[in-house]
Amino acid sequence: MAVALVSGLAVASCSVPDQDATQVGDTSRSAVVFAAASLTEVLTELGAEFERSHPGTSIDFHFGASSALAQQIVAGAPADVFASASPEPVDQVVDLDLVAEPPVVFAANRLQIAVPPGNPGEVTGLADFADPDKVIALCAPEVPCGAAAREVFALAGVDAQPDTYERDVRATLTKVRLGEVDAALVYRTDVLAAGEDVRGVDFPEAGRVVNEYPLAVLSEASDADLASAFADHLRSPTAEDVLRTAGFDVP
Amino acid sequence: MTLSADIRVTRAGDFTLSAAVSAPPGTVLALLGPNGAGKSTVLRVLAGLLPLDAGRVVLDGTVHDDPSSGVLTPPERRPVGVVFQDYLLFPHLTALDNVAFGPRCRGLSRGRSRQVAQEWLDRVGLGDLAGRRPRRLSGGQAQRVALARALATEPRLLLLDEPLAALDAGTRMRVRSELRRHLDDFGGVAVLVTHDPLDAMVLADQVVVLEEGRVVQRGAPREIANRPASRYVADLVGVNLVPGRGLGGDRVAVDGGALTLPDAPVGEVLVALPPAALRLRATPPPEEERAWPVRVVGLESQVDRVLVSVEGPPDLRVSLPTGAIADLGVRVDARFWVEPRAEEAVVYPRPVVDGPTSPLG
Amino acid sequence: MTGAPAGGSRRGTAVRGGARSRRTGGAAPALLLVPALVGLAFLLVPLLGLVLRAPWGELPARLASPEVLGALRLSLVCATAATALSLLLGVPLAWLLARSTFPGKRLVRALVTVPLVLPPVVGGVALLLVFGRRGLVGEHLHEWFGVSLPFTTGAVVLAETFVAMPFLVVSVEGALRAADVRLDEAAATLGASRWVTFRRVTLPLVAPGVAAGAVLAWTRALGEFGATITFAGNFPGRTQTMPLAVYLAMESNPEAAIVLSLVLLLVSVAVLALLRERWMGGASR
Repeated sequence: MAVALVSGLAVASCSVPDQDATQVGDTSRSAVVFAAASLTEVLTELGAEFERSHPGTSIDFHFGASSALAQQIVAGAPADVFASASPEPVDQVVDLDLVAEPPVVFAANRLQIAVPPGNPGEVTGLADFADPDKVIALCAPEVPCGAAAREVFALAGVDAQPDTYERDVRATLTKVRLGEVDAALVYRTDVLAAGEDVRGVDFPEAGRVVNEYPLAVLSEASDADLASAFADHLRSPTAEDVLRTAGFDVP
Repeated sequence: MTLSADIRVTRAGDFTLSAAVSAPPGTVLALLGPNGAGKSTVLRVLAGLLPLDAGRVVLDGTVHDDPSSGVLTPPERRPVGVVFQDYLLFPHLTALDNVAFGPRCRGLSRGRSRQVAQEWLDRVGLGDLAGRRPRRLSGGQAQRVALARALATEPRLLLLDEPLAALDAGTRMRVRSELRRHLDDFGGVAVLVTHDPLDAMVLADQVVVLEEGRVVQRGAPREIANRPASRYVADLVGVNLVPGRGLGGDRVAVDGGALTLPDAPVGEVLVALPPAALRLRATPPPEEERAWPVRVVGLESQVDRVLVSVEGPPDLRVSLPTGAIADLGVRVDARFWVEPRAEEAVVYPRPVVDGPTSPLG
Repeated sequence: MTGAPAGGSRRGTAVRGGARSRRTGGAAPALLLVPALVGLAFLLVPLLGLVLRAPWGELPARLASPEVLGALRLSLVCATAATALSLLLGVPLAWLLARSTFPGKRLVRALVTVPLVLPPVVGGVALLLVFGRRGLVGEHLHEWFGVSLPFTTGAVVLAETFVAMPFLVVSVEGALRAADVRLDEAAATLGASRWVTFRRVTLPLVAPGVAAGAVLAWTRALGEFGATITFAGNFPGRTQTMPLAVYLAMESNPEAAIVLSLVLLLVSVAVLALLRERWMGGASR
């Protein structure tokens, strides 16, 4: 199926210069992808790969908080594909009939405890988050990682005592990176992306609260074929490797 | 209070001030000179607002500034009061608080300072305006508040920088005589900077004339007026000044002729000729060498007389009764002879200009 | 008690009125008027957007909620504390820049304005690097005194001071430069030490500049977001000021965010109007 589409795209891509002789060069077709900030590294990599394997195409990304992206799409931002870090923002877009096909989940993420190198707070599990003497950062409940954290604590029966509710995952991770907090609850992908600066500590409840990443091609897409082709690319075996390496689960 | 100062300051550019100033207690000393002569610089040095480059400032035997020994008293610790040119009253304080500022800074209680200030305002006749802000005072009133403010700290040296310059003519006359009265009551040394010879004549006991950073003349006002040492001073006091050479035997050679002046010294001399001591003649006098042929270049009416400017050599100003103008037919470009009345001329050796090495007086 | 100030303010009004009528003798030229009106519209129309879009019905309930009240209270307290700290440190700094000479003064003046151009988030990170648990200074504070600044209300005040103080310094320095230095000299000849001169002459003379600078600093501190959330974190009642609450509300409930913004706006306008009234009364006495 994916192969058929891609070949169709190749044909289309050849036909474009015929239709408009003035449009030359190898970036004559482009798609704009609105994607959750947590996808920055993987999508940039997959986008580059897609452009390599599909000469003449260009995939442009706009990364941000999923909810903000959804608002921008609703307000008419020129997006072709929307990759959200949680279902709710996509639902907003679906509710307004702005998607070409029903969204599909292409990746999932789970929480992990992030601690500074050396684990100065000696954090070993979720129970340590209830210790008022430890400095703890959580995502604000208004953003997806905060909502997921709240759910995890409820499941584990832990009364977390955070010192700050950070505005997003990256801000939370910055606090860990600078050693300002003993522990934070962020996504596993974020811990992996942070490399040497942050260590991850797994905990059993993480598998019970999985954060799904839906993907939607938008009905207003300027180049629906290219948008669909890239959406399919995100669900290819190549993409699966990249996603898994970055710490995502792939359904 | 005795003031003794040898002031040497080099300012940006090439202006150097080098002036010795001294005065015994009770003296009012006027610093007279054109703009840019360094008068205000002398005041700033005495007040401690500008440090000396060389020389020293001594008040009553206490050295306040001496670069060679590193002594420099800041302004707030000098027994000095200053009346600034545009008064510099504190705009946010009432007249009373302006005057009370000094006593308060010198350690009096708030209440006592205000009491002292009120007394001073009463003395300068402004007791009723104690509550006014400076912007609601007239120029003359502001000047008096500034004087009261400077005197309220009971300084031993009072410095006045062009205290009358900002006033209109009528006010100036009145304030000048009031100032004279306050200066008479003041026991310390007062140094007054002015470019108005009348201020110097009315207010000062001693006059020091500064030109281009140098003292060109010092002496009593009368002395300055009668025997001006430079063209500038002569112009200020309205006297003709003719340089000459005493030849002995009462003979003085001057540019364009010779004069016979009793008791004329031998050597370089100056001859001061008041405008009224000159006569215009339509014809040369019998002794032709006693008069100068001149051409009229200007006429200026002065109450009941007319000041006639003539071009020589020498260039002179001649004062004539108004009637004489018509009698003689004086008009621009007319040619006359000027004959001095020798008995009204003052002849004196040309003074040696005060140099940096001159001893303190 | 009431008589004197009233008389004073009447007098002040008369003086100002006179000055105004003298200045605006003719009509404003179109070259000035048109851009002026466009500028005004540019500033006011987005505000109008907020006002029109606001769900006014929610306003009373929002205002009554303890979270909003807490954030509002914290905002006002912190902005005021930051302004006080800015005054305490900024006025002397402005004096140093305006009235003294020292090597590298131009550089120092340029550095003082750095927080104006620095993205506030970067400012927040910089503060963490200095005052954080592992920061240059913070490490020792933590080790020796057990004090940890991040995630405390004190950190909010510091972050706000960092971004707000340059406004005060620039404003006060300008006022100091405009003030007549010779008045300081006059004070010195009257026996005032430099400190007394500063307190009794210089400071009263530049009071309007200090007031203007304080207002700028206060408003800047009140709206501060980036440096605060980065350095102080976000915890309701402790470090969550109104701008932080607005930002997070935007994530889940944009309408609530608009209401919160309006609350912040109304309160700051009210406070400024009130202060202005006070100052005007004080200035004309």
